[in-house]
Amino acid sequence: MTPPDNLDFDHVAGDDVSRHFGRRRAVSRITFTARSGTILGLLGPNGAGKSTMLAMLATLLRPTSGTIRFGSLDARQHGAALRSRIGVLGHDLFLYPELTAHENLAFFAGLYRCADPAAVASRALVQAGLADRAGDQVQSFSRGMRQRVALERALIHEPRLALLDEPFTGLDDASTAALIARLRALRESGAIIILATHDLDLTEGLFDEALFLRDGRVLSAVTRPEQLRSTYRAVMGRG
Amino acid sequence: MFARAVWLILRKDLTVEMRSGEIAYTTLFFAVSCILMFAFALVREGRAPEDGAAGLLWIAIAFAGTLALGRTFERERQSETLRALMMAPAPRPAVYVGKLIGIVALLAVVEIVLVPLVALLLEARVLLERPFWLAAILAAGTTGFAAVGTLFAAMLIRARTRDVLLPVLLYPVIVPVMIAGVRGTAALLQPEVDTAILGFWLALLVTFDVVFVTLALWTFEAVMTD
Repeated sequence: MTPPDNLDFDHVAGDDVSRHFGRRRAVSRITFTARSGTILGLLGPNGAGKSTMLAMLATLLRPTSGTIRFGSLDARQHGAALRSRIGVLGHDLFLYPELTAHENLAFFAGLYRCADPAAVASRALVQAGLADRAGDQVQSFSRGMRQRVALERALIHEPRLALLDEPFTGLDDASTAALIARLRALRESGAIIILATHDLDLTEGLFDEALFLRDGRVLSAVTRPEQLRSTYRAVMGRG
Repeated sequence: MFARAVWLILRKDLTVEMRSGEIAYTTLFFAVSCILMFAFALVREGRAPEDGAAGLLWIAIAFAGTLALGRTFERERQSETLRALMMAPAPRPAVYVGKLIGIVALLAVVEIVLVPLVALLLEARVLLERPFWLAAILAAGTTGFAAVGTLFAAMLIRARTRDVLLPVLLYPVIVPVMIAGVRGTAALLQPEVDTAILGFWLALLVTFDVVFVTLALWTFEAVMTD
């Protein structure tokens, strides 16, 4: 399929999206819309289907049924082309431990066709506050430092859609605050951010909207941030 | 973009390998151990079995290559970096080609050490007198082996039993490459080189290479999706 001229989009929408692995339903009939300049939270306990949902949004998994659209573009038809507008930060950090922070970022900047990968990588390291460690191998970094490099790797090509899976895992308070500030700045720049987490405490005040998932289904959708806490208690309390 | 992506992946793999040396050292050690064991077992009173050097050289290459293939993709699995490669807008066949060239380069280093060892221990010094023909046979055979192996190693990256499955799936498919490689190398061991026979085996190897690489490029995108 020939990629469309304009790959940009101002919203991502899932319509009745399901994904089954054999007889197990990882995600079941989820409908949602995430708009430019907002952060959508996917909240739920482990095994709720958050990571599967993110993998489908990243076009790495195909829905068993239902459609995911990036603006007017269908993920099933334009998935390969759309990947240039999507950034993913997963459970694993997607970094090569033997390469330096700069080499890692320059490598991915090159794959994402950034004009000057070395300069882009240097700027990203300044953004991460790790410019002085640019020449150090990633395997010598702490978890928090690796997470900051991984976030910059995910955002190296200035994606329209950023998908973050449990990005606060293993971070100390300072790193968590830095990550939240980075996500807020990203939202202000007009990106669509979808963040999956099981921990609302760390993300208090960050989400504009949220979906509460359990066993692959949407238990509740919250469109007003002030409802998040009460809905979280109610939904998680159902056990 | 295709060539650029291939170069980026190849350069990254070589940089990682030069820093760790993990695959090169283990593969080389394993291949040299194989040849030493074969030499101790088969050479009697200074006489090696006729044409044995050709078979033993290719067995060592196949065993060492299988080890290298497994480790190369295991490295991408440990930090889930293969997923990041799949997410990038680079053409997926470029990932395959970058990995393939990296494996061939690594095996070339192993062969540079193995060939003199085989020549010395298995009475095959004549191999060293025909370096261009030998290089052509080795290059074509190694490419055919790595073309199939890289595809299978990538396919099996999520399989729990990948270490067992890789040789079980790979060896039956590369039997034609092994036969052509062994016969071509055996032809080089004759006192007088029959260029017609050598040309035949070399042409056969190149044909296998074209078929295997084409099939792998055609299927790689599909096998790496979902």
